[in-house]
Amino acid sequence: MLSESEPHYRQPLLKTPFHERARALSQVDSFIAWAGYTTVDVFTFVEQEYFAIRNATTLYDLTPMVKYRIAGHDALPYLNRLMTRDIGKLKHSRVAYSVWCNDDGHLIDDGTVFRLSDTEFRLCSGERQLDWLLDSGLGFDVQITEVTDETAALAVQGPTSCAVLTAFGLSGIAQLKPFELAWFALPPALGAGSQIMVSRTGFTGDLGYELWMRPEDAESVWDALMDAGRECAIRPIGSRALNMARIEAGFVLPNVDFVSSERSLRFGTERTPIELGLGWLVDFNKGHFTGRRALFDEQRRAPRRRLVGLDIEGNKPAHNALLYADKAGKHQVGSVTSATWSPTCKRNIALAMVDAPHMRTGSTVWAEIYLNRELVWERRMARAQVVERPFFAPERRRASPPADY
Amino acid sequence: MGSGGSARHDAIIVGAGHNGLVAACYLARAGLDVLVLERNPYVGGAAVSRSLYDGFTYSNCSYVCSLLRTEIIRELNLPGYGLQIIPYEGGCTMMRDGGHLALYDNHDALRREIARHSRRDAESYERYLRDMLRQCRFIKPLLLREPPDPTSFKPRDIMELLYLGKHFHRLGEQRMYETVRFWTMSCADFLDEYFDSEIIKAHLAGSSIIGTALGPRSPGTAYVLLHHYMGNIDGAVGAWGFARGGMGAVTQALAASFQASGGKIRSSAPVDQILVRAGRAGGVVLADGEEIQAGIVVSNLDVRRTFLDIMDAGDLPDEFVSQVRNFKIRGSSGKLNIALDALPHFPAIPHGSPSIRGDLHVTDSIEMLERAYDDWKEGRWSRAPYIDMLMPSQIDPTLAPSGKHYMSVFVQYCPYKLADGEWDAAKRAAFGRTVIDTIAEHSPDFKDLILHAEIRTPWDLEKEVGLTEGNIFQGELTFDQLLFNRPIPGYAQYRAPVRGMYMCGSSTHPGGGVMGAPGANAAGAILRDLGRTH
Repeated sequence: MLSESEPHYRQPLLKTPFHERARALSQVDSFIAWAGYTTVDVFTFVEQEYFAIRNATTLYDLTPMVKYRIAGHDALPYLNRLMTRDIGKLKHSRVAYSVWCNDDGHLIDDGTVFRLSDTEFRLCSGERQLDWLLDSGLGFDVQITEVTDETAALAVQGPTSCAVLTAFGLSGIAQLKPFELAWFALPPALGAGSQIMVSRTGFTGDLGYELWMRPEDAESVWDALMDAGRECAIRPIGSRALNMARIEAGFVLPNVDFVSSERSLRFGTERTPIELGLGWLVDFNKGHFTGRRALFDEQRRAPRRRLVGLDIEGNKPAHNALLYADKAGKHQVGSVTSATWSPTCKRNIALAMVDAPHMRTGSTVWAEIYLNRELVWERRMARAQVVERPFFAPERRRASPPADY
Repeated sequence: MGSGGSARHDAIIVGAGHNGLVAACYLARAGLDVLVLERNPYVGGAAVSRSLYDGFTYSNCSYVCSLLRTEIIRELNLPGYGLQIIPYEGGCTMMRDGGHLALYDNHDALRREIARHSRRDAESYERYLRDMLRQCRFIKPLLLREPPDPTSFKPRDIMELLYLGKHFHRLGEQRMYETVRFWTMSCADFLDEYFDSEIIKAHLAGSSIIGTALGPRSPGTAYVLLHHYMGNIDGAVGAWGFARGGMGAVTQALAASFQASGGKIRSSAPVDQILVRAGRAGGVVLADGEEIQAGIVVSNLDVRRTFLDIMDAGDLPDEFVSQVRNFKIRGSSGKLNIALDALPHFPAIPHGSPSIRGDLHVTDSIEMLERAYDDWKEGRWSRAPYIDMLMPSQIDPTLAPSGKHYMSVFVQYCPYKLADGEWDAAKRAAFGRTVIDTIAEHSPDFKDLILHAEIRTPWDLEKEVGLTEGNIFQGELTFDQLLFNRPIPGYAQYRAPVRGMYMCGSSTHPGGGVMGAPGANAAGAILRDLGRTH
């Protein structure tokens, strides 16, 4: 459970239920703050951790992911009013990725909705926003409770993750389809009578699962998974390796790829789901939802900008690069929001917000990249092509049952 | 202080407060021969450090710093003249039931602290900060600008109005509505839009009434909240800090900068009359009869003192004089400066919490704050006053001997005029006792640690500093007295109705709070009139 040994003004960050295990395996002492918890940025070596995502099985502590329990007679209509997607289509024991907006159609956050029963859902999001969720609940018979610290969460991702979970003792896990969730009894040795929820979801774009458990079961589950995965080189990963995988998968992060309208100070910096390329998440046929009118107007207008994928020449990641229409760098048309060298695709990739008309697939823009030549800095204008996302989408992420790897 | 003699000067500044000195600095740097006249034997106005008890230095009036514009600090090289502003962390409101709410710089510590009172409010606080920062971004570019006259057709006024209009329009439709509401609504209504918890509302509402003869439920107080939030220290918006050596360090640095530019200061030189000849300011007459000539006279005094006390009403337009008479400048604040034998113990503040080094308060509900205001309306000091209490000697060891501490206690509300007659020594002592008893309710050893206390009522502030009714902002910061209506409609551009005569005090845009902006803007107006670029 939560460590309260030090008061918050001395130790502002909480430790997750996996913290002791993570600390023991951390070799470089690289921890970062994430949503009020201290979590691992790098365990050993970023590239090694990254390749475990694409070649083996990884454990990633996602306990800090903000979790809300949304329950009550009106939970479904409430979520349908909140979300751009039609949650009414979300069947029992299924998970949906969705976004939500303010009245102006500006993105507040993205996240996953878990349907646990007719009247109970779980919402996982990157940012805390209890005030927005409660204010949106006026007039609905719904209870909204943050349960982040009552639930430990562990992502088990990678091409061998199904095999590892089977060896761990979750028989039948191979039948779990993408965006499905199921409850399993924990293997008796770990905790008699304890249940664990598993969803086939993740942030890597690969085959993978997310395990949701009681905090008191966390350490024994971790230990048993590390045992079960020894054969296929299971390893824990930190946020840096995950970030490489999520850019390859083309997933966006709030306050990295778009500013949440809850945080935006400058007029004009807010973004809509359509601008993020997430228009497919907006369902205009489901009835009223927050932001509907603004988004309806927007989708009828010519788009002004869009989040796109870029394939950039050279191998230097274009972190925060400004983008230009011309090689001379006179006419700025956007900027990079996330960038990485993709070790799997062997491409220099990025997510970028690009103005019309340069946002069309196949367009060429120029990225201004600064190169550190042994502390002698040089500027390079690198040719960048607008390409489709995701950059990497292996068939195994969808296959049911997943094939052996 | 140097002697100015009775030679003719290019400009005379009446009053060596921080704004007078800022204006003086800019004029001297532009090559003018500038003389500053100060009636007290020391410079600084209400930004002074004085030693009234052995080994202790008090920030007698203003006591913390945030609003002083960075542009001014840089341009006048105040750090080169010893000014150092050190931010302090957070603060704390102690509750009547023994609980507390502290504010911390660390985002996660703060969220967990507010969540002890309301999880929802912990997250609303982010939205509150976002909206305050949006308002700050709106107002910041207007601070160091002369407010445009909306009735004027002068090209400069039209350009400035266009700027204001464009700047306003850039907010976007929704935020334009919000901004107009924000500038006119009450602090209590504003906070109700974000928070459920009484304690967080009470803690934040303090800054909406400091120096203001209004209660948290009075319209216009939301703006006062912003006025206290729009400063920054090294880019940290809303942060407040201590000037090392007390607030006098601000005016000492300004005075040194001014003198380095060739300016002269005469202290103990009270101005009795501003001379007007043929509709032009021509100089001043001191109380001892000495006459000093100058083509430009700039008053750092508030508008009431300037135009009613040291000018002849016959030299001024009738309507202007009547508007000056009606300018709202009401005393509402007192101050205690206390020398303590040791750091007092406040049981409500948890051991090791850095909030003890910040601003401490004991008003735990909006209701309590409003009731404190009721007393002021009745013509008596608040029986349960709002206090803004700091012990800067924890961060600045120059203020007190080792192990001992200086405590600054700002007190709201305290009237200038009492219902039962004039202030006297007995009433001043009784006011002090009320404040000390209020603090002692939260600190059992406090009274035993008091070595010396300076008690200042609005009446004292007027007598010593010269502020009319002891109003710390040189006039209420309500919307009817802001921007192009500050201080008097039609006279917001630092120019008095008499040619060659200017105003540079906090009575002018953008108001008080040791910002320096009125002084800088006034100097800009003078230099433009002289055909020089600022």
